[in-house]
Amino acid sequence: MKNKSISFLFLIILASCGESISPVDSGLDAQILHFGNGSEPQGLDPHIVTGVPEHHLLISMCEGLTIANPKGGENLPGIAETWNISPDGKTYTFYLNKNAKWSNGDSLTADDFVWSWMRILTPSLGSQYPDMLYYLKGAAEFHQGKTDDFSTVGVKAINDHELRVELKNPTPFFIRLLSHYSTYPVHKETVLAHGSIDDRNGLWTRPGNFVCNGPMNLKSWELNKQITVEKNPLYWDADKVQLKEIRYYPVSNESTEDRMFRAGQLHVTNVVPLEKCPVYIENNNPNLRIEPYMGTYFYRVNTLHPVLKDKKVRLALAYAINRNQIVNKVSKCGQKAAYSFTPPGSAGYEPDTEIPFDPTLARSLLAEAGYKDGIDFPVLEILFNTQEGHRKIALAVQQMWQENLGISVQLVNQDWKVYLAREMTGDFQISRAGWIGDYEDPNTFLDTLRPNRGNNKTGWENDRYDELLELANSTNERSARYEYLMQAERLLISEMPIIPIYTYVRQYQLSSDVKGWYPNLLDTHHPKFIYLER
Amino acid sequence: MLQVILKRIAIAIPVILIVASLTFFLVRMAPGGPFDAEKVVPPQVMKNLNAVYNLDAPLLIQYKDYMFNLVQGDFGPSFRYPGRSVTEMIFTGLPVTFELAFYAIIVAMIIGSLAGIIAAVKRNTFLDYIPMTIAMIGICMPTFLLGPLLVLYFGIHLEVLPVSGWGSLAGDKILPSITLGAAYAAYIARLSRGGMLETLSQDYIRTARAKGLPEYKVIINHALQGGLVPVVSFLGPAVAGLIGGSFVVETIFQIPGLGRFYVEAAFNRDYTMILGTTIFFSTLIIFFNLLSDIAVLLMNPRARSEA
Repeated sequence: MKNKSISFLFLIILASCGESISPVDSGLDAQILHFGNGSEPQGLDPHIVTGVPEHHLLISMCEGLTIANPKGGENLPGIAETWNISPDGKTYTFYLNKNAKWSNGDSLTADDFVWSWMRILTPSLGSQYPDMLYYLKGAAEFHQGKTDDFSTVGVKAINDHELRVELKNPTPFFIRLLSHYSTYPVHKETVLAHGSIDDRNGLWTRPGNFVCNGPMNLKSWELNKQITVEKNPLYWDADKVQLKEIRYYPVSNESTEDRMFRAGQLHVTNVVPLEKCPVYIENNNPNLRIEPYMGTYFYRVNTLHPVLKDKKVRLALAYAINRNQIVNKVSKCGQKAAYSFTPPGSAGYEPDTEIPFDPTLARSLLAEAGYKDGIDFPVLEILFNTQEGHRKIALAVQQMWQENLGISVQLVNQDWKVYLAREMTGDFQISRAGWIGDYEDPNTFLDTLRPNRGNNKTGWENDRYDELLELANSTNERSARYEYLMQAERLLISEMPIIPIYTYVRQYQLSSDVKGWYPNLLDTHHPKFIYLER
Repeated sequence: MLQVILKRIAIAIPVILIVASLTFFLVRMAPGGPFDAEKVVPPQVMKNLNAVYNLDAPLLIQYKDYMFNLVQGDFGPSFRYPGRSVTEMIFTGLPVTFELAFYAIIVAMIIGSLAGIIAAVKRNTFLDYIPMTIAMIGICMPTFLLGPLLVLYFGIHLEVLPVSGWGSLAGDKILPSITLGAAYAAYIARLSRGGMLETLSQDYIRTARAKGLPEYKVIINHALQGGLVPVVSFLGPAVAGLIGGSFVVETIFQIPGLGRFYVEAAFNRDYTMILGTTIFFSTLIIFFNLLSDIAVLLMNPRARSEA
């Protein structure tokens, strides 16, 4: 009896350690958004971090020259109120908002951008995104240590509120790059108060120290538990901001996140568990969101492999895959079969390439390559990182190739880092891959397959392809540019160093209380447009 | 006693150094590095990063530098989380993991020893069979199954307890503590039953009964001390296991403990974090084993005299 009372008391004590009522309900009046943010962010220094959870946090707390349009399309003004572009498309003049302030009350000036861009381009900082600014004249040279004179880089403060940027080439997507966090300004005095310009480990991003310029301020940061941001009254557009607080939860386990959403602990989830997606679609779950996303799931082919170097073999492999069957019967979460590398609709770009599912044609191509009915074809490997979804698709492809071409492949799954290391060193034959655009423009996809690009990894090098991309990037006229890009896309699909499988969709759950949240290709949901209402 | 402790500590130091050295070279042998990502960074960037973290130095020099810092108590900065030192991260997660382990061990002790004692006293009755069957199921059922089942029932179906969190919502510590404690409760039940059965067959228990002492006094005053010795010696490794093995429960319930850092560090190839947590956990295991040995010495006069 005594022991029973002790255990009862124990439960009572445990139960009294916090507040009650579901957070989603209590958040409604208080305008507190509960946000499933995937994983613990690496940090909050926009020049150091990479990744999506960091992106969610940084767009709420900091702001660049432009912000991504929540409904997709051209970027909106951020710190830059307006801008001029010279007729040759190489000189941009930004006029900064005179009301723009840092969260400590300091005025935000053009010099802040110059210093911040110098910081991200400083080699010893070890930033992983300096190439976002390589479009600037002299930026790559400065970053690669060919000069230590930053005045040679194409960015100048004309006065406090006027910033001039000179580019190497007309770069029509440059305005879109400026909403990426790597181009954000950082508060010089705060950074230097906690370390030097190239200090990766400075404590300036801690609560109490952190100074930035976005709609929200950092309130608290509990490692692996929660990051809370609150409305920044000094933000230049503070009148528009309706949310009082956002709480970001680093929930890496998809099932845990799903249960949290169902129990009213989250307004929005990061993903939907793989096995739940078809069930939610069938049950018409009103909270399920499936929206187009700027990403492509594909198989990367090692074109240096003695068999795979033959274009006909690569085409045969691509034509023997029934993409519709994969999206309808295997992935089953609204993905779209992909017939180009660049997802259709990226900034109005609609690729016209086709990849037929044609087993007869595939077989004849394989026969032309010297492997009639798959005879003498070596057993190849499909490499993928350990994940159930990848395994199922690999199994489907394995079966399709067996049925349609008569060839056998082995499936090899590896831990994420081992998989990356093998891809990087070319120690693979065919590997599953995915690419998500950094900005809304076909260049973010097509550029990766140019020769000497680290992300190419296929060994495929094509001079004409490289030339077409170069031509596209040196013209300022959109239709001519898209024509070059389209030609490059056709060339790519006719050579097939990568085999597109499907176009990604974003699948997540969103409470009906969340308003001002629109689908867009880059999945960017700027907090200043979001509010809660039932 | 002091001699025993000193001897154990003298053995512990080289053990920890060997663990540190082995881990250092093993993590470097694993393919993939801390900065590998799906989006490959330009070679210049990789060069800069390696320089920042001293990864461009020869491996033996890196080893020497690491060990030199280690003996001064410096685990270095995390590679994955710039601006965080490994020590800071360990001591952020540790109190949470300790608290979770503490509640879990209380759950395990109360449920486990009660069930074990009753089963021993009521040997070969339903009061023996039922708790022991449940204990067997408890040992066999993994936490990644028990946790979600409890959450589905109490959190989503009955809506009486939160499904996740730690110290944010009322009652959010109950389900994780029970989930983590359950398997250990089952072990403790079986151990305490065995220990009690052995003790109850001893001569001094028969003497106590012969002198007419009521049964509850026989058990509480005489049998428990000897009967629970196996449980106490199990507690040391159990606590270390609870702390090191809390990863699954921490993930299921979204608890910001050390276990998650440990496992994620391995996936991320966060070299310093892997090393720091491994060395820290080995020290903990050694420490708790020592504690439980001391407790056994205190409880068991024969062992004390042998020592």
